[in-house]
Amino acid sequence: MTAVLTAPAAPGLDAAAVKRPFALARHSLALAWRNLVKTMRNPEQLLDVTLQPIIFTAMFGFLLGGALAGDTAAYLQTLVPALMVMLTLFASIQSGTNFSTDLKSGLFDRFRSMPIGRSAPLIGAVLGDAIRYVVTIVVLLGFSYLLGFRIETDPARALAACLLAIGLGFALSWVFLLLGAVMKEPGSVQGIAFIVTFPLTFGTNMLTPTASMPGWLQAWMDVNPSVYAMDAARGLMVGGPVATPVAVTLAWIAGIIAVFAPLAVAAYRRRT
Amino acid sequence: MSTAFETEGLVKRFGDFTALAGVDLAAEEGTVLGVLGPNGAGKTTMVRVLATLLRPDGGAARVDGIDVTRRPDEVRRRIGLTGQFASVDDDLTGMENLQLIGRLLDLRGSEIRSRTKQLLADFDLADAAKRTVKTYSGGMRRRLDLAASLMGRPRTVFLDEPTTGLDPVKREELWGVVRRLVADGTTVLLTTQYLEEADALADEISVFDHGRVIAHGTPAELKRIVGGQSIVVRPSEAGSIDAVAGLLRKFTGHEPESPQRGVLAVPAENELVFTAIVAELALAGIGVTELALRLPDLDDVFFKLTGHVTSSNDQKTEVPA
Repeated sequence: MTAVLTAPAAPGLDAAAVKRPFALARHSLALAWRNLVKTMRNPEQLLDVTLQPIIFTAMFGFLLGGALAGDTAAYLQTLVPALMVMLTLFASIQSGTNFSTDLKSGLFDRFRSMPIGRSAPLIGAVLGDAIRYVVTIVVLLGFSYLLGFRIETDPARALAACLLAIGLGFALSWVFLLLGAVMKEPGSVQGIAFIVTFPLTFGTNMLTPTASMPGWLQAWMDVNPSVYAMDAARGLMVGGPVATPVAVTLAWIAGIIAVFAPLAVAAYRRRT
Repeated sequence: MSTAFETEGLVKRFGDFTALAGVDLAAEEGTVLGVLGPNGAGKTTMVRVLATLLRPDGGAARVDGIDVTRRPDEVRRRIGLTGQFASVDDDLTGMENLQLIGRLLDLRGSEIRSRTKQLLADFDLADAAKRTVKTYSGGMRRRLDLAASLMGRPRTVFLDEPTTGLDPVKREELWGVVRRLVADGTTVLLTTQYLEEADALADEISVFDHGRVIAHGTPAELKRIVGGQSIVVRPSEAGSIDAVAGLLRKFTGHEPESPQRGVLAVPAENELVFTAIVAELALAGIGVTELALRLPDLDDVFFKLTGHVTSSNDQKTEVPA
């Protein structure tokens, strides 16, 4: 009984001290696994990403479809790919609020007192939320299929569109992790995150063509990464130009991560 | 023997508030250093600096001679931390919590499995291994927390008020665990608000007040300052109080004090005096409604050392006879 607790101490210490390769990747995956298990044990955390696609598809489809495209099914062909981008961005907010909650817990004190990479808990938080994107996209495509939406390209391109939306969700997660690390209350993280997300998602051509919009709004759309992601998703799912929107979206994803990942990690470190 | 951890002139401020005002501590390998003090004395801040969670504003802290601010990762490989609030994940099972820690410590798969099993058995959690921690009692969470901090077989373990909020039976259980750790050669830093706990476990005790060490010594030395235990008697009849006072004076050689009306208290250097007094009271036919051998508590220590009482005087350490 006694021997079990710490002895033989020296060999154990050696085992822990040996730096094995890919430590950051392994630690991040272990922590992503933790986030995933937590989500699966609290299925109500997936309620928002399950209901949002249904509500937004029905609302926009029935409200605007007839007026803008003659009928709902025709409108869905332009709406659904763009809605997919909006919904993954909405889904990424949770990364920030969960992270903020985690930071207040004693568990993160333990992580910080352990020899693991300082970015591992953040990468784990981002990756662990992939399940939310998958759920929201699957529900969106399933529900809109019932209402008449059809993929006009091929499965590989459609999958590429989904991955692009998820990529933008991952990138934006870092912005919300930064908010989560800086702000004290998970509730305020959510509030600010929505303020960030709304111009990104609604300041787009998601619902209506841009021609009728004022000049300043069109200027915003020229830089808004969501617009490019939505155009790319449309091109990949129902046809149309793809090369430029995909390239610009990928550049934005890389840019956002390059700026906000180090900022979020620095903010997390500063909390110690 | 070499020094397992030490601090020199450690200073930590939070804005205008000075949490640590130059703390010197040291513990030899394989010993328990008790840090005794009321809430807000700086105990937790000090543990957090030693555990690399807080950067000090001045002074130095070292574990195994390694500076905590210069080489934190090397310190982190050597320590285990159990905080005041259970640092385990509510949504994971006990087993999953330990496995996660094992994975983060880069233990091999086979070692994670065997160590998880052993620790769960050792801490009496084998039956609850596959239940989520949410369903655990307070004592079970503390035990799991401690088990998690031992996954990597640390040589130095920081226990920040590990028994606060536990009932006396659970507290004794945890003491047993600490004693086993020390028997294996682990060095333990234990913070506590209970003099009784520091007395039971620590080789040396540092008393904290307002971010300073106001006294340091072995439990015996400290108790000498405070005056050790005292005998408290409350005769059932007020008329026999003089007789009791005379009896106490005769056996202890001290003048009894009367802390409350109808109660007499007198310092007792050894427990034998107590039994002798009990026998003498019976012989003289004096009835009592209260008769106790009382250990000094944190309040007594503070009162003797600082002349003021602590703000947390809700903990009494009384041993009924």
